[in-house]
Amino acid sequence: MAAKITVRELTMAYGDLVVMHDLNFEIEDKDIFVIMGGSGCGKSTLLRHLIGLQEPAKGSILYGDEDFTATDPDERGAFMRRFGVMYQSGALWSSLTLGENISMPLEESGNISASTVRDLVAYKLSLVGLSGFEDFYPAQISGGMKKRAGIARAMALDPDILFLDEPSSGLDPLSSRRLDDLILGLRDSQGSTIIIVTHELASIFSIANKAIFLDTATKTQGAIGKPCDLRDHSDNPAVRLFLNRGDTPESPTP
Amino acid sequence: MTTPPHPPPIAVWHQDGDDVTLEVSGDWRRDGSAVKITGKTPDRFPAHYHLDALGAYDSTLPAFLLAHFRTVTTAAKDKKELPPLEGLPDNLRGLLELALAVPEESETKLPTAAASAIDKLGSLTLKLSISIQALLEFAGLTVLSLARFCTGRARFRSPDFWMTLQQCGVEALPIVALISFLIGLILAFVGNVQLTHFGANLFVADLVGIAMVREMGVVMTAIIMSGRTGAAFAAHIGSMKANEEIDALRTFGFNPFDFLVLPRLLALVMMMPLLTVYSNIIGIFGGMVVGSFVGIPPELYWNETLTSLDLTNSSLGVIKSVFFGVAIAVSGCMMGMQAGKSSAAVGEATTRAVVASITAVVVLDSAFAAIFTLLEI
Repeated sequence: MAAKITVRELTMAYGDLVVMHDLNFEIEDKDIFVIMGGSGCGKSTLLRHLIGLQEPAKGSILYGDEDFTATDPDERGAFMRRFGVMYQSGALWSSLTLGENISMPLEESGNISASTVRDLVAYKLSLVGLSGFEDFYPAQISGGMKKRAGIARAMALDPDILFLDEPSSGLDPLSSRRLDDLILGLRDSQGSTIIIVTHELASIFSIANKAIFLDTATKTQGAIGKPCDLRDHSDNPAVRLFLNRGDTPESPTP
Repeated sequence: MTTPPHPPPIAVWHQDGDDVTLEVSGDWRRDGSAVKITGKTPDRFPAHYHLDALGAYDSTLPAFLLAHFRTVTTAAKDKKELPPLEGLPDNLRGLLELALAVPEESETKLPTAAASAIDKLGSLTLKLSISIQALLEFAGLTVLSLARFCTGRARFRSPDFWMTLQQCGVEALPIVALISFLIGLILAFVGNVQLTHFGANLFVADLVGIAMVREMGVVMTAIIMSGRTGAAFAAHIGSMKANEEIDALRTFGFNPFDFLVLPRLLALVMMMPLLTVYSNIIGIFGGMVVGSFVGIPPELYWNETLTSLDLTNSSLGVIKSVFFGVAIAVSGCMMGMQAGKSSAAVGEATTRAVVASITAVVVLDSAFAAIFTLLEI
């Protein structure tokens, strides 16, 4: 059976400026897959390619057996309905309350009764620890709360694949830990596949079962695998350096 | 108590064959006197440092050294070679090692080559054609979106529409009233001064009435709405773009065009004719106030206004207002959608939206003037 997401020969570019070239990887069902790399290496750009906000310069992205890249952007609705996306800044719609931010996709997704919507909104907010904040506007809550509300909104339609762009950056260690638990919980209880862009080492080691390292120097994937294995055994020194916060043994431990 | 005088900072280069020595003395302080450099600045790294006479120093000394190292590295073929730092005090050495740890990225610096006049003209022309293309594309998307609306397939939040309707309708009434009243007043004053010479000051009513309903009412309303609503559209959509909110709409399967542009366009196109009629009435009332001061009784003024206006005249402004509404909404939304992803870009988009919509209004009005003249209306 084909992997949940397959990326083949993907080259990402802004005009003539190539960000990353020849990325090849697969994401299996129920993976917690981390995209990591130094700042500015194209982590968020890769995420934007995966959700179709940017078109690849070359290569293709497949969901199951279906080619996402070859589908006309106007006809990607069936793919998009399986996605939930949390953006780096939260990207909550600022003219709507938190409750409305979550209820809008629900209301538009089909004929759901108002009371069901209300209950769903309350449930999603309570999952991220924001019970009772339905009537707050995004401007009235803190940065960390915005991120969590962004995750609640991303989960609104019970997505099959959840994309999180730097969910724990800017959070205090405890909130960040709770977020990790939430992500694990979501995978285990809802069976979602989760793709996370992050460079928080603690989160990477505790939740990810597969990670890709984007290497700025070579502009392609440095390594792919389980984070602990990469840290100790990767034959790419840049990966070991990154996963060990700079102090790495010169050669991989056997 | 007197502060001890600061000896001025001095750098002396000694070059003996390939051996370069840098002698540094004095107090190196940001607010001190300028550095005095003696000796020819060499094109290689100093091998030794003489720092016996060096006093206090802040960042100016490491900055001076780093600047020299950078010029040497840029000129040299081997960019990786690091300057010898032996002989420098530990803290200075540590700072320089930190600064030199990552080599200067020469590729990321944008080219700053001075463009010739022809280059500039060329890039201006290209930019113009790109912006015309963008305008046409946006107009096309607007038409498609309207088509989806007419067939009932466009999705947007109805509260958004009603909110915009309120913002560009009811909430604009006070400012439209004030400006229209004053315009009516001004027209009547100017007209009265001139017409009194001919003993025809009753015709002030005709002048104010026709000027308001044909031109001034609709043009002033359009200009107010450009500054008020067009700018608000651009700023709102622009900051939504900067904050990835538009991407978020897209990933939930909402068409950002239907969602953001359509309700704004519809609301403004619905409100512009109403505001224009309102502006016309207030303007005529302004003229009437002046009239009563210069000896035209209101009843007489009103009758004279009624005889001068017919349905054709009065409808011209209202018809134009629909087109102006489209122009303002399209410029505002287009500049917002095209805005870059920073707060400065949002400000720029707002400015461009106001300039574009006022220009569009005036150009359209001139075109209408020509058409109406040809049609002898």
